[in-house]
Formats: sequence, structure tokens, C-alpha cells
Amino acid sequence: MSTTETTASGIGPVEGASLYDVDNPAPVIEPPRKRTKKTPKSTRGNFEMYGWVFMRLSGIVLVVLVLGHLLIQLVLDGGVSKIGFAFVAGRWASPWWQVWDLAMLWLAMLHGANGLRTVINDYAERANTRLWLKGLLYTATVFTILLGTLVIFTFDPNIR
Amino acid sequence: MATPVLDKVEAESAASPYITVTFRVRRFNPEVSAEATWEDFQLEIDPKERVLDGLHKIKWDIDGTLTFRRSCAHGICGSDAMRINGKNRLACKTLIKDINPEKPITVEPIKGLTVLKDLVVDMEPFFQAYRDVMPFLVTKDTNEPTRERLQSAEDRARFDDTTKCILCAACTSSCPVFWNDGQYFGPAAIVNAHRFIFDSRDEAGEQRLEILNDKDGVWRCRTTFNCTDACPRGIEVTKAIQEVKRALITRRF
Ligand code: HEM
Ligand code: SF4
Ligand code: FES
Repeated sequence: MSTTETTASGIGPVEGASLYDVDNPAPVIEPPRKRTKKTPKSTRGNFEMYGWVFMRLSGIVLVVLVLGHLLIQLVLDGGVSKIGFAFVAGRWASPWWQVWDLAMLWLAMLHGANGLRTVINDYAERANTRLWLKGLLYTATVFTILLGTLVIFTFDPNIR
Repeated sequence: MATPVLDKVEAESAASPYITVTFRVRRFNPEVSAEATWEDFQLEIDPKERVLDGLHKIKWDIDGTLTFRRSCAHGICGSDAMRINGKNRLACKTLIKDINPEKPITVEPIKGLTVLKDLVVDMEPFFQAYRDVMPFLVTKDTNEPTRERLQSAEDRARFDDTTKCILCAACTSSCPVFWNDGQYFGPAAIVNAHRFIFDSRDEAGEQRLEILNDKDGVWRCRTTFNCTDACPRGIEVTKAIQEVKRALITRRF
């Protein structure tokens, strides 16, 4: 039996001369994930549950809305080349497609925003980073939803 | 007649069962260096032995400073969960022959918890989450053990799977959501809440469900199945989490 050290090992002769002693103790490592007094006591309520249910329900509806949308826009009737002002104007003349696009806009935006909220909660480590990223996310979401809704309802096919 | 038998025995004893295996161990000693490093150990070992036996050989014969936890050595106490070849397992339940001894066997501490030394991690956040779900029988009227609390076989079977947990933390430390910020309750805490939520004798199920309805409770689970894969007791961890989610939803709707 033999010992081979691959890399320059950081393991020194602990029984021999130690870097640290009673007067010069090794630094204490704070457990970074410990629940401290600063950790909020309770964050209960049903918000996360409703969020979870919403992701699944909106997902099911989005399968129909998004796949149908992609099919109509990109595959049927000559594919993407047919899309133009006239095509959009024709579709939005019908309340059916207005409601379809409105539902898709709201569901996809809220679904995507809530998904990204989860991702931010996962990956942003500092409270400040979280705050800023979520602020940015919510601003962009509200802006896009409002602008999209406005366009769907006020679209004027005779605009010059 | 005796001669060929003797020959055979001699031939078998001549072929040693021992093979040479490289253990690549993640070493960390905060009194020496802030950096963790890999260290290779070569040992002669019977492939039918376990990774824990290999670690013993290193500690007892090669380098006494190697630090790891183990008590029972038989898969019951839950002290020796570690990342072996990148997967969370109990060193005492992993045979050398089952993890390709031709290549170096990597042994690391479990992830997501602060490493204290070598393979020893700080389990406090893990047990904090465990304590938070009140892992004990709660009854309203009488807590005095005056007589046996009876239960039908079906009622007992309802939570049988989750009674098997040995609190090794293999599941929680395999969960990517737990790795992120360590605030998620983690699969093990939910498994142990499940064990009481679905116990007909217990009366604090509602309270435990409310605890797991937390921002860092069951809803952070993303159904990755890492926990089910990691559990050395074969507990269907993800299924237990899903049953808690369902109980929370049916309670509301
Ligand atoms: C096509 C039908 C869709 C279905 C069935 C679906 C389903 C889901 C489900 C069930 C989740 C939750 C995953 C979890 O909690 O583990 C999820 C997450 C997510 N979805 Fe969708 N979704 C769809 C479309 C979309 C669209 C159009 C967007 C973008 C606008 C989107 C963005 C996201 C994001 C960002 C997440 C979070 C990812 C994560 O949790 O890691 N999804 N989706
Ligand atoms: S559920 Fe399985 S992996 Fe998780 S702590 Fe219990 S025994 Fe270990
Ligand atoms: S040493 Fe007890 S479980 Fe492995």
C-alpha cells in the first residue's frame, strides 16, 4: 500500500507543527445556510401553493394556445411568409382570435414571470440582488401585459 | 482421490481476491488550508468489501488524519452518507465491485452543507429542518402512555414507507433546490413529516401541513427525483413529497 498525492496537497502534518494554536486559533467558519435570528420567522400563507397550481393549470392551457398559435402562424397556409399587416388585421377582426391572443398573452406572461421568479429565488443569493432582479422582472411583465392588452383592444386596421 | 481436490484448493488460495484500487478522497482541513484538495490512496482490497472498509484501511494503515463519520457500519445509523463517484450513498452499503474499481473511486462530502473536515459536514441545517416539522407523536387529550394506541394494519401501511428513514441526509444533500440557498426544508424533513401526517394516531397533521406550506416548504420541490435515487433505504421520497402536496391542495379545494 502506498500513498500518491496527485495535486499539491493542502494537508500538512497536523500532528507536527500546526499553523494554529491556543492563542492563534483557526478561523471559525460560519455555516452559511444556518437559520439565524435574522431569517424571517414565518413566510406562510397560500401564495406559493396557488403559484404551484397556477403553473400547472396555465401550462395545460398553454399547450393548446401556444401549439395552436405556432401551427396557424408558421405552418398552415404557406407558413411564415403569409404574415403581414393584412393577415394580422384579418385575424384581429374576429373576437375569437382576440380572446385567444389575449388569453395567451396573459397566461404566458404570468406563467413565464412566475417561473422566472422561482429561478431568481433559486439562484440570487443576496437579498438585494433578489429585490432588484424581481423588481426588473415585475416591471417588464406589467409593461408587456398592459401594452399587449392595449394593442389587442385598440388595434386599428385602417391606420396609415 | 484426495490429490485433485487438494490441488484445486491450493490453486484457489493462490489466486488472491485482492485487487489494487485507487481512492480519490476530497480532503479539507481548515487548520491547514482554506482550500479542499483531492488526494489519491492506493490500496489492496477485496472487491467484495465496501467503500467504508477502504476508508478504514486508509485511516488505520495509511493516514490517520482522514476524518469521516460512521457508527454502525451496517446501514442503520445514517452517519456515513457521502458522495461516492458523484452519487450520494452510504459508504457502508456500497461494495467496491459495484462501482467500477478499475477507475479511481472518488469520495467527497455530501453537497450543500458546510464541510468541517474531510468528509464531515455540519448537519445542523439538516436537523434544524427536521426539528421544524415536529417529528414526534402529538395527541390532544391524553399524552400519558396509559394504554397502547391501536391502529389497523391498513392505517399502519399508509405511512410504512416513510418510517424507514435513517436521517442520513443523502436525499436532502442531493437536491439542487437545497444546494441553492439551504433554506428549503428538503426531502428528509418532508419524509419525516409525512410519517406523522398520515399516521391515524397523530393529531397534528394539520399543523405540520401548515409548516410545509411555507415559502421554503413543499412548493419548492421541482420533482427532480434526485432524492428518490439517492435514498439508501429505497424510500419513494418524491412520492411522499407529492402526497403532502396533494394533502395541502385537497385541504383547500
Ligand atoms: C407549452 C406549454 C407549457 C407547459 C405545459 C408548461 C408547464 C410548466 C410547468 C408545470 C412548470 C413548473 C415546473 C416546476 O415547478 O417544476 C413550468 C415552469 C416554467 N415555465 Fe412553463 N409551461 C409551458 C409554456 C411556457 C411558456 C410559453 C413559457 C415562457 C413564457 C414558460 C416559462 C416557464 C418558466 C420560466 C418556468 C420556470 C422554470 C423552473 O421552474 O425551473 N413555460 N412550466
Ligand atoms: S429519506 Fe432516505 S436519503 Fe433521505 S434522510 Fe431518510 S434514509 Fe436518508
Ligand atoms: S455507518 Fe451507520 S449507516 Fe453507514
